[in-house]
Amino acid sequence: MEVCGGQTHNLVKYGILSLLPKAIHLIHGPGCPVCVTSLQRIDQAVELAERGVILCSYGDMLRVPGSRKSLLEAKAGGADVRMFYSPLEALRIARENPRREVVFFAVGFETTAPANGLAVAHAAREGVTNFSLLSAHVRVPPAMEALLADPECRIDGFLAAGHVCTVMGYEEYEPLAARHGLPIVVTGFEPLDLLQGILQLVGLLEEGRAAVENAYGRVVRREGNPQARALLAKIFAKVDREWRGMGTIPGSGLDLRPEWREFDASRKFVLDSGESREGSGCQAGRILKGVLKPPQCPLFGKECTPSTPQGAPMVSSEGACAAYFHFWAGAVDDAPAEPTAAHP
Amino acid sequence: MCLAIPGELKEVYTPFPGGFRMGKASFGGVVKEVNLELLPEAQTGDFVLVHVGLAIARVDADEAEKTFALLREMGALEEIGAEAAPPEARERPPAAERRFP
Repeated sequence: MEVCGGQTHNLVKYGILSLLPKAIHLIHGPGCPVCVTSLQRIDQAVELAERGVILCSYGDMLRVPGSRKSLLEAKAGGADVRMFYSPLEALRIARENPRREVVFFAVGFETTAPANGLAVAHAAREGVTNFSLLSAHVRVPPAMEALLADPECRIDGFLAAGHVCTVMGYEEYEPLAARHGLPIVVTGFEPLDLLQGILQLVGLLEEGRAAVENAYGRVVRREGNPQARALLAKIFAKVDREWRGMGTIPGSGLDLRPEWREFDASRKFVLDSGESREGSGCQAGRILKGVLKPPQCPLFGKECTPSTPQGAPMVSSEGACAAYFHFWAGAVDDAPAEPTAAHP
Repeated sequence: MCLAIPGELKEVYTPFPGGFRMGKASFGGVVKEVNLELLPEAQTGDFVLVHVGLAIARVDADEAEKTFALLREMGALEEIGAEAAPPEARERPPAAERRFP
């Protein structure tokens, strides 16, 4: 399984899936933070936007359907929703609009959390009090653990997400590999990086070694980026987090520590979005767990397309459904087999 | 979402006393401001990996060279063409002309 959505995208886009020997099946993991952000968090972001805050977000989140509407639909209805490339730009908006509350919708894995943490640290240092984060941060290792514990999942090895490891290093994957007796290879994103990761993983499988190897040495060190890890430890605490389609995974989220509560939108505002409901028969949960391939979903390419997405994996450019919609040329039957079929 | 792109640092500065450590990095000719707060060792001339405006790692030239050597050994680099090489490779001269410290 490749964990990261960016890897899924390039595997499909560059035709690597169809070039691999038949014995190798890549299962597409839940590594798209946009896709796994819970419906409730999206509903809360929509509620905040409709209550008059300046709601800032990465572009990918805007079109993801909530229970009632997406952020983009809230914006069309008059809410002040703005798209940014970096949380530090949202901090600038807070400085320029001292009479308004500015909330940054902080989604992302460990790769993205340091930038959002830095925005909080600097807001505190500068005395900016009208800036807060609505945190939907998620951590990769607990999700890998949850996948391995799920009886529906059959995974022989992982391509670990290269940029998550750039920040966190890969020390925490070593006990995971040892405990579950399977190899993990830290892998990059360019087509040739992906091939190298796959090659090393197959090598480890043939040798029967449950080890962690690094195939992305030009940016990943075993200990990661120490400054980034120190910042994360200072700003964020591990919490249980609900993943869309996967349920609650213990210790898989990052929320602001209590001492930063004035920068935590979920504590600063009383949020009541009512009950969040999934509609539409979207199979996102099973796709994120790698149980179904996107073309096997009955909605795929019919009711559900990138212009009329029924679920997050079709919205985000890194979602498995969008990757298959844009780049997969084979018939449904040619789609790489279900993971259960890969096991003799 | 975890997309991060390598760029070459052209300039390192602190905009005002007590401010962020910042830099200007060139991404294939497009120059953007990047935050270097989490990369105190980064210097002008380094390639840095940038995610949402924040530099998260310095690209290790020796390690990058190892990957290219492996690929040359496979005979893949010539066959697939330069456009398939990682972006940081495209902006650099061929290995024979390069000297690492």
